[in-house]
Amino acid sequence: MTNRRTVLSGMLGLALAASVSGAALAQDAVKIGLILPMTGPFASTGRQIAAAANLYIQEKGATVAGKKVELIVKDDTGTADVTRRIAQELIVNDKVTAIAGFGLTPLALATAPLATQAKTPMVVMAAATAIITERSPFVVRTSQVVPQIGAPFGTWIAKQGTKRVITIVSDFGPGHDVENSFSEAFKAGGGQVENIRVPLQNPDFSPFLQRVADAKPEALLVFVPSGVGAQFMKQFVERGLDKSGIKLIGTGDLTDDDILNGMGDVALGVITAQHYSASHDSPENKAFVEGFKKANPGMRPNFMAVGGYDGMHALYEGLKKTKGEGGEALVTAMKGMSWTSPRGPISIDPETRDIIQNVYIRKVERVNGELWNQEFETIPNVKDPTKAKK
Amino acid sequence: MLTILFDGVAYGMILFVLACGLSVTMGLMNFINLAHGAFAMFGGYVTVLAMQRLGLPFLWALPAAFFAAGLAGLVLERLVYRPMYARGHLDQVMFSIGLVFMSVAGADYLMGSTQQFVQLPVWLSGRFDVAGIGVGRYRLFIILLCGALAFAMQWGFTRTRFGSRLRAAVDDARVARGLGIPVNRLFALTFAFGSGLAGLGGALGIELMGLDPTFPLKFMIYFLIVVTVGGTSTISGPFFAAMLLGVADVAGKYLVPQLGAFIIYALMVVLLITRPHGLFARGRA
Repeated sequence: MTNRRTVLSGMLGLALAASVSGAALAQDAVKIGLILPMTGPFASTGRQIAAAANLYIQEKGATVAGKKVELIVKDDTGTADVTRRIAQELIVNDKVTAIAGFGLTPLALATAPLATQAKTPMVVMAAATAIITERSPFVVRTSQVVPQIGAPFGTWIAKQGTKRVITIVSDFGPGHDVENSFSEAFKAGGGQVENIRVPLQNPDFSPFLQRVADAKPEALLVFVPSGVGAQFMKQFVERGLDKSGIKLIGTGDLTDDDILNGMGDVALGVITAQHYSASHDSPENKAFVEGFKKANPGMRPNFMAVGGYDGMHALYEGLKKTKGEGGEALVTAMKGMSWTSPRGPISIDPETRDIIQNVYIRKVERVNGELWNQEFETIPNVKDPTKAKK
Repeated sequence: MLTILFDGVAYGMILFVLACGLSVTMGLMNFINLAHGAFAMFGGYVTVLAMQRLGLPFLWALPAAFFAAGLAGLVLERLVYRPMYARGHLDQVMFSIGLVFMSVAGADYLMGSTQQFVQLPVWLSGRFDVAGIGVGRYRLFIILLCGALAFAMQWGFTRTRFGSRLRAAVDDARVARGLGIPVNRLFALTFAFGSGLAGLGGALGIELMGLDPTFPLKFMIYFLIVVTVGGTSTISGPFFAAMLLGVADVAGKYLVPQLGAFIIYALMVVLLITRPHGLFARGRA
């Protein structure tokens, strides 16, 4: 008996010692849990953000407020229940100061209640549906809000004198957001719009394109998941629609910098609106693109990467202000923060914790043998229009 | 409206080439091979690699895809499929769906998760008008090529010595062996041929349906619909099923886009209720 008791108490002592030393370690380090889809259909998002976050740490050094920054990257394969489980593990076991990442809207929505419960700041670097920041007071977003792009684009297109537009969007959350925000703004500008939704898993676009060809609108707005957009554009050109005077337009997802070069000449002349282009003309962006390409040969940063990069910046600057403290203090520190990002001037809205940024109108052009989204007009300091209305 | 018909036929042709390999293995060899789409994806990636890395022209990349997928089919048949022939259908389903997941992860690891693109030769891109029908050149090419293939296959299975031996081997493998028919070799060749067709379909389909690592899962449902509706005992069954579904899907999406993807399923249900053994099923005892 005594023997067993000694063993037990010994084990208890060991466990105590381990937990004490663990706590001691935790005080020297700031852990950030980065949850991203690194495999599966959305792996491109995860790869871009992880690369950008690592680049940020490499450039700014791995210490902030006298503490060592430790980035824990976890793969959630783009599945909401996995994201939630990983977030829980990171908060409870690893005692992270903040969680970040979140490639898709459902993943962020599934995790938001955890952030509230554990009072852990949650930096959303990709997911773009408007409601996310309303689901927890601990959410800070550094990517974009879909209506933030769609609404000003609708207004701009109407201002160009365009009267009739057809929209084709994939039948899922972000697609509906693009459709609604664009159509509403475009109609307010005096335009007429017809909406078509296509199933998310759609093998062949010919029937929808034929419908567009018969209706002969002045412009066709497309929103489909990133890689599929290229497929769509090819069929658009193959059908001769580019020569029929119908302009192809879309949000920046259509001409994603990550795959733009692979699309070939079909992408030329496509007009899109987005908050970031790898060809954005500023010293900050030149340094960012150069550093990114150097650290990740063969890759070009896209709007996902810049969301990750700026998310890290918000965390770093916030931690500097709180001297490494997390929780509510960190969220408060990030509110109202403003800085010059590779995408241009941005800030975190102190009321909604959502990002305020410029929206650029761009056109795909061939420069130095590569395809780029060349920005030619700026709509400054756009707030999320859905929240502004409330 | 005729343009829609044309588009639908071309789409149906691709579905046919993708699915008929499956109807061969499922109907003739009585093996449930859900990993069929993996061979199609393999053919697609072979095409992409052949064109991007080796600079092979598109027309040469197509046979390359056929033979590479066929060879992969031959090797896998020897190594992993043959022991599964005698097992029950549930085992075969579990086994082949496992292969699908492995192929998805493998393709993701080797090629990345992004969409792959190929550049068609100039004479295959664009379109022209004939009597008010907009004819896409690539789609016309698909219709001609796949139509010829369908004809050759129907002829091969009903009129040649190979075809009759194969049918004999399927109906009763033991008796066929007794008559000196090399059943194992026949099955291996047939399986390789089916896989090759899948590979060719995958290669042809890149332009229309895209290619990424989720391909086998994304399109599995379409192959299965074609094979179930068409029945597995003939070549003409899946052919007409693919045509019908292709045209119905395209026309349905054109006329009532609100219903979207639902039409193809509704049609399948109606067809299965009226003809439960497939469009051209032979009478069963």
